[in-house]
Amino acid sequence: MASNSPQIPNIAELMDKIKSGKIFSDIAKEITGSQIWTSSFRHGYADTPRNRVLQIASNVWLHLHPVKIQRHALRIKFTWCMGGITFLLFLSTVVTGVILMFYYRPVGEYAYYDMKYLQYDVPFGMLMRNMHRWAAHAMVITVWLHMFRVFLTGSYKPPREFNWVIGVLLVTFTLLLSFTGYLLPWDQLAMWAVTVGTNMARATPFLGNEGPFAEFVGATPRYDVRALLIGGSVVGPPALLRFYVLHCIFIPLVAGALMIVHFWRIRKDGGISGPL
Amino acid sequence: MAEANSTEKPASKDAKAKKAKDEALETIWSRREFFSLAGWAAFLGSLGLSALYFARLLFPRVLFEPSPIFKAGIPSDYTVGEVSTKWVTDQRVWIVRDDEGIYVIFALCTHLGCTPRWLRSESKYKCPCHGSGFTKEGINFEGPAPRPLERLKIALAPDGQIIIDKSKKFLFEKGQWGKPGSKLFV
Repeated sequence: MASNSPQIPNIAELMDKIKSGKIFSDIAKEITGSQIWTSSFRHGYADTPRNRVLQIASNVWLHLHPVKIQRHALRIKFTWCMGGITFLLFLSTVVTGVILMFYYRPVGEYAYYDMKYLQYDVPFGMLMRNMHRWAAHAMVITVWLHMFRVFLTGSYKPPREFNWVIGVLLVTFTLLLSFTGYLLPWDQLAMWAVTVGTNMARATPFLGNEGPFAEFVGATPRYDVRALLIGGSVVGPPALLRFYVLHCIFIPLVAGALMIVHFWRIRKDGGISGPL
Repeated sequence: MAEANSTEKPASKDAKAKKAKDEALETIWSRREFFSLAGWAAFLGSLGLSALYFARLLFPRVLFEPSPIFKAGIPSDYTVGEVSTKWVTDQRVWIVRDDEGIYVIFALCTHLGCTPRWLRSESKYKCPCHGSGFTKEGINFEGPAPRPLERLKIALAPDGQIIIDKSKKFLFEKGQWGKPGSKLFV
């Protein structure tokens, strides 16, 4: 029989294969032997220490993780898993937030009605909005609990002090995400909360028009850090647009970059927990 | 160079090499260093300049907001010794006239920014939020307000009307209540 001519399947043989279940292993072999599979997953499932290291180290998504974790690092009583939960909540807000962006327009005339439209007419819109909202609230809580845990366990001490500073920046950016997102429903609560919040920026040293040393910089109500933030002298449509850009683009990008550094340094500074 | 001096080698060659080395040392930067520094300077300079452009871009020339300047009728609309509340709803100001002239008080509580009410019978401004009280002149005398109410710029327009500029403030604690523009003498 010439090997390059296509083989006509024998019905009886095929039935035998199906009945014996051999066909599944044949299909599996066909798939895992294909070039697409072998080029995507370079290391098999062999449960050897070397292969497990290779699985992590050669994968762009997993390589931030340590190839090996100490048993005590997984003790939930010690870590509370607060950092991980915070990251999970961040991912939830990213996914639901991107979905909300398909309907929401950051324009003075539309923003409030788009929010109502999402809530009351868009299929699953209410679910997406509430998931975004609750995940955001929860993230603020868990990020503080994470900081509290790190403080209690003394995990801010050298050589982890650099990561503590990154963490403080991440708390700040979490709060800024909350604050900028607060304006986007564009209702009375949003409006006045942000009015009061941004009024505090008037008192910024040097850069706020009511702050100390403002006269040396020449900060005026029209040209100071508050006007920069809200794009005018009152919280109006320019402020909505600015907060939207900060909320959806700028802060998530910066926070994401800091998260990469944060997770990387956990690994480099001796693992999640435990003595060094 | 110490090494070059200590070893005995053909003098002419040694001197030549030493001369070249000294020349290289006399210049502050080598060619490579110069180009490296120039490259970094150009890169960082353009980045810094772009940052300045961006900072300026964030301050628009035109604000699509209600003008802070408005006209409030003629001086004889206001009676001596009275606090006029007719602009509170639209412009958030009281216009007060005393024996000397007219001044404008911004109806914004200096505690947390609520709008106080003018209580005529008690002759004071009273904030409904946290109970701050201010005299008719705007001096804080009760409640948590930390400083007197703010006064705004007042002038007379060529057509004889009062013109008020809410973007110019006069603060008592900075001694600005006597400054030109804080009061219209009529």
